[in-house]
Amino acid sequence: MTDGRISIEQLTGWLLEFARLVTEHRDELTTLDAAIGDADHGTNMERGMSAVVLGLGGDTVGALCKQAGMTLVSTVGGASGPLYGTFLLRFGSSAGDATELSAAQFAAAMRAGLDGIVSRGKAEREDKTMFDALAPAVEALEAGAGGSLVEALRAAAEAADKGRDATVEMLARKGRASYLGERSIGHQDPGATSAALLVRAAATTLA
Amino acid sequence: MNKLINDPADVVAEALLGIEAAHPDLRVDHQHKIVYRGDAPRRGKVGLISGGGSGHEPLHGGFVGPGMLDAACCGEVFTSPVPEQMLEATKAVDGGAGVLHIVKNYTGDVMNFEMAAELAAETGVEVLSVVTDDDVAVQDSTWTAGRRGVGATVLLEKIAGAAAEQERTLKEVADVAREVNANARSMGIALTSCTVPANGKPTFELGDSEMEVGVGIHGEPGRRRVPLAPAREIADLLLEPILADLPFSRGDRVITFVNGLGGTPLIELYLMYNEVAKILSAHGIETARSLVGPYITSLDMAGCSVTLLRASDELLQLWDAPVRTPALRWGI
Repeated sequence: MTDGRISIEQLTGWLLEFARLVTEHRDELTTLDAAIGDADHGTNMERGMSAVVLGLGGDTVGALCKQAGMTLVSTVGGASGPLYGTFLLRFGSSAGDATELSAAQFAAAMRAGLDGIVSRGKAEREDKTMFDALAPAVEALEAGAGGSLVEALRAAAEAADKGRDATVEMLARKGRASYLGERSIGHQDPGATSAALLVRAAATTLA
Repeated sequence: MNKLINDPADVVAEALLGIEAAHPDLRVDHQHKIVYRGDAPRRGKVGLISGGGSGHEPLHGGFVGPGMLDAACCGEVFTSPVPEQMLEATKAVDGGAGVLHIVKNYTGDVMNFEMAAELAAETGVEVLSVVTDDDVAVQDSTWTAGRRGVGATVLLEKIAGAAAEQERTLKEVADVAREVNANARSMGIALTSCTVPANGKPTFELGDSEMEVGVGIHGEPGRRRVPLAPAREIADLLLEPILADLPFSRGDRVITFVNGLGGTPLIELYLMYNEVAKILSAHGIETARSLVGPYITSLDMAGCSVTLLRASDELLQLWDAPVRTPALRWGI
């Protein structure tokens, strides 16, 4: 990833695009959640991202993402609020006072955000959670560190979609879907679905 | 969707206005969606707060008052409240003796309360947390989210509330609360799904002659779907895993709690109580106290849950202690 840097404006655009995708897919997210959860993932994420959009701002990447993360923590509730909120807070801490990110810095911030989700939610691979979409995406970004940013982001989006699709066959071990036991198999995880939207939004706005 | 509402988006806020209007001895912070007992904070008394998604009424707002909770934080329907709410409530009810967080074991509730406790620690308020996880429908495992917190939460809030009223220390109140959770087991069945106001349609469809066994309190499907059965068989279905899990044994004294999930009339709950009582009697288990009614609900879901709490003399004394809340009220 040598060809380009990511500006604050682009990162702002990333969050705006994620908010747009969440609204576009709100009913799909809620329907997926109705099957194996409590039917509120779409409405909760839309409420949170709408609040993020209203409060977007900051002179540094850290300030921008921490503000967005705090907004999610204080408006979403449920599991998604702390998880997406922690992701953005840790992303922001990793980026710190930078006003633009190299591709490698972006990958490192994504890794920090993912680590935050793991420490808050205790999710592991194949628990059927957002981790299963986000972790392959972060790995693709890291693997693409030597090449083109466009390619790395495209690979990340593909990896996230593939990870999301793979959750269908998984037995849920975390979150409300875990209460269903074997009956959780055959359903796509709503958290992995929204996480794939976050990565797709990055691919369309950051390169 | 046939509901007594104005706008689906305003259900929680307008219900809180109603709680405030109906119960002048409570105080409601509408900005943070918190129900307080009117005289909080009580100097020297451990503050008890709980909270969770709305839609389980009277849990938790209906259990605020002398002898029970000092504050309840209300989330959106079926969605955990946010850390800011619990932090605000924690600061407001601290009378210098610390604050106990009563948390039902759901991923979101646990994470939001954890973040609130971390923030509260920075403000110097001493906080302990107890997590309820009494639902035997879910197998416990360190690799999963674990069991859900259901009916035991009601009994725990009453008993821990009485312990706090006696001005016991934070650790002592937390110990009593953990004792309740450790000795309580629950199981539920649903005869219908429920309709989340924002969605406008039932979360799942269930045929007229079917029921869901092992449901929680969020309108989600249970562990399995089986043909509808007579109440006596349903009572067996619920009690068999409960009795085997603790396990409860001959000679145990229990508090027997038959809970309605919101859409089942009291006449059916009493009929179920009779079936439950017969089974307990056959097992030589003595019901020392009982509670029958819709106390931890899942909106308009029809169905019930049974909770048994093996109760020592001390727990029974605390259960009998005076309480004055919208939903539980005796001895005062």
